[in-house]
Amino acid sequence: MSDAMAMTAATDAVVAQRPPILPLAVRDLVLRFGDVTVLDGVSLDLGASGCTMIMGPNGSGKSLLLKLLHGLTQPTEGQILWGGHAAMEVTARQALVFQKPVLLRRSVAANIDFVLKARGKDRARRDALLDHVGLAHKAGQPARLLSGGEAQRLALARALATDPEVMFLDEPTASLDPASVLAIERIVSDARDRGVRIIFVTHDMGQARRMADDVVFLHRGRVAEHSPATEFFPEPRCAAARDYLNGRIVV
Amino acid sequence: MQSIGDALSLAVALVLSGDADLLEIVLLSLRVSLTATAIACLIGLPVGALVAIGRFRGRNAVLIVMNALMGLPPVVVGLLVYLHLSRSGPLGFLGLLYTPTAMIIAQTILIAPIVAALSRQVLEDLHTEYAEQFRSLCLTRLQTIQALLWDARYSLLTVGLAGFGRAVAEVGAVIIVGGNIDHLTRVMTTAIALETSKGDLALALALGLILLVIALGVNAAVQSVRMTAARQAYV
Repeated sequence: MSDAMAMTAATDAVVAQRPPILPLAVRDLVLRFGDVTVLDGVSLDLGASGCTMIMGPNGSGKSLLLKLLHGLTQPTEGQILWGGHAAMEVTARQALVFQKPVLLRRSVAANIDFVLKARGKDRARRDALLDHVGLAHKAGQPARLLSGGEAQRLALARALATDPEVMFLDEPTASLDPASVLAIERIVSDARDRGVRIIFVTHDMGQARRMADDVVFLHRGRVAEHSPATEFFPEPRCAAARDYLNGRIVV
Repeated sequence: MQSIGDALSLAVALVLSGDADLLEIVLLSLRVSLTATAIACLIGLPVGALVAIGRFRGRNAVLIVMNALMGLPPVVVGLLVYLHLSRSGPLGFLGLLYTPTAMIIAQTILIAPIVAALSRQVLEDLHTEYAEQFRSLCLTRLQTIQALLWDARYSLLTVGLAGFGRAVAEVGAVIIVGGNIDHLTRVMTTAIALETSKGDLALALALGLILLVIALGVNAAVQSVRMTAARQAYV
């Protein structure tokens, strides 16, 4: 474990004083935009540790579910209970890595500095964070000139800079080359090993098999299946998941 | 009445000779307009940023007013400032009428809405891109505004330039509140108007040439900064 990844003693003390935000319970979550129902009664229980993969065809509501869980969108109906509490302020204790990283128009290092400063973290951690994601040699370069894989690693470093207890990843490796995918998976796995709860949206079967402890399969705005990865991949219970895994079109 | 050719050659000679009166007028013009631009940016940029990220009742009305104020007629601004600063006006006790300060006030009123309206558009576009990430990072409103202003700095330079261009080129407001007093409130535009009416085209043309050179120089400098920034993907 690198120095940068290790939470400071002060941070540990603060975390210890706060009520735990895990496990997560989602009850009858509905999200509507006008007449369109995007999520239709999602219920879900996630434990305190591990990596949950959210899978499902396009339009099944995966990304919106992440945004709801992260507090960026409010549900039309239903409850999200973090640590058993409905009204807990959790966004600051979580991080979300978007499919297309939003990088500031600054240098690579300044992107990390910005988050460390905004969140009152120790700015001396910046170099170690960049080293952790393999971008130390690009610290002074403009962030928006990074390649897709590098940009996503910077987004990950920025997310890790906030010391999240839960990290959401919304298809962070979409359209990346295999080496970049593996580099990102290594960073995410390392975070999981340190106790960060990972909730990961992907369409990549190989990635899901490599990373998942459990899989939530969404279909038509509902949880069609939630199983341990060891059961989901060899023997999915629902027909839509079976079709999806077999490469047949699922609508 | 001189021919244009004679006037032009006299104007160039005047500029090259470093005429003290000419220099005084140019320096006062720059002092007044740069100060007004700086103050207008201090007021206009935060206002533009607040409106860009704010979602409040009456926002559309604010946008309409902001955009409408961009077209404020300089003579009307001059008249309003004159009414306030004249001896019988509410701010007459300050004794500012016919001073460079009065000219700075008038130009600030003239260009602050331009800076606010143009920066609002720039910052709103940037905020659309950053908003979700910033909400995820739980930034305060102040942190959001600071980040937007910094990341849009090169685009905002152009906004400042637009304000400066309007200030340095206007004549209606400064001639009313400044009075075009020699060695005190005479700036390039008011001097050009006066010298033209007197038939002294050489000085008018010399000042016009300098105005053009300043406009070109400032534009070139800003364009060069923006091109450098664009190469680094900072725009």
